[in-house]
Amino acid sequence: MELEAAKMIGAGLAAIALAGVGVGMGTIFGSYLSAAIRNPSAAQKQFPTLLLGFALTEAIGLFALVIALLILFAF
Amino acid sequence: MATNPMHQFEVHRIGPSLSINGIDVSFTNSSLFMLISSILIITFFMIGTRKVNIIPDKIQLINEIVFNFISKMISETAGPKAKPYFPFILTIFLFILTLNMIGLLPYAFTVTSQIIITFFLAVVIFIGVTVVGFAKNGIGFLKIFAPSGVPIFLFPIIVAIEIISFLSRPVSLSVRLFANMLAGHTMLKVFGGFVVSLGIIGGWLPLSFSVALTALEILVAFLQAYVFAVLSCIYLNDALNMHH
Repeated sequence: MELEAAKMIGAGLAAIALAGVGVGMGTIFGSYLSAAIRNPSAAQKQFPTLLLGFALTEAIGLFALVIALLILFAF
Repeated sequence: MATNPMHQFEVHRIGPSLSINGIDVSFTNSSLFMLISSILIITFFMIGTRKVNIIPDKIQLINEIVFNFISKMISETAGPKAKPYFPFILTIFLFILTLNMIGLLPYAFTVTSQIIITFFLAVVIFIGVTVVGFAKNGIGFLKIFAPSGVPIFLFPIIVAIEIISFLSRPVSLSVRLFANMLAGHTMLKVFGGFVVSLGIIGGWLPLSFSVALTALEILVAFLQAYVFAVLSCIYLNDALNMHH
């Protein structure tokens, strides 16, 4: 197989990691929502933790992007 | 005429070409925007503290909001022992925030989209936290690799995993900021190219998406600066408050 085709396939496979990121995002916001509806007064205090969890999960998706770009353009 | 969306990340020289011992140290557009950000932050705080009132007026109020935000974050994540590190964390937060935000202006260069810049910031934090950890705890700092309550047969593999995750901290810290900025700004330029190429008839669709994307990028700029600062405080907490 030519190198160009293998690179394309590699970059496509790297995008599979986004499935995990999707599950993680849904879990974070889902559990924050269900806990916030039970205890609305305590929910405001945990909002920064929610933002931190969102950003950390988002970072995993971006690591997958970096791997895809590395495979496509750097090797 | 669709220009390359990666063209915005090129670093080029402004002014004369200077070099020390063969290393190129000339002034670049990257240096220019770091200088602009620093001057902006310093001016903002100087105006706010020119005449300090007990009841703050407008600029001083924003200064105090920023100050309290970071102060509260440090005391919540790292406790009172991290008080001496407050100026450092405030500088890191404000610098990254301003660099991210300025990059959103048209024709501006996003300094934090260069991996070397974010890598250097992350390595400074990593080495700083490690040095602080060894200074405050001596050789007992190595106990963070051995969490309490681990059964004895799992011990070697847990220590190995902890060491690997400790060493991946600068990598994840730098790549998180770098990839967020790179991906966001690339998407902005790609959709901008779509607006131009679809013209008057179909151009409203990518334009409305570009507006929404720019709003998202402003949120991401603030969020990434906040996450960098919070994670630095969490690593500092690991080093300062070690009672396993």
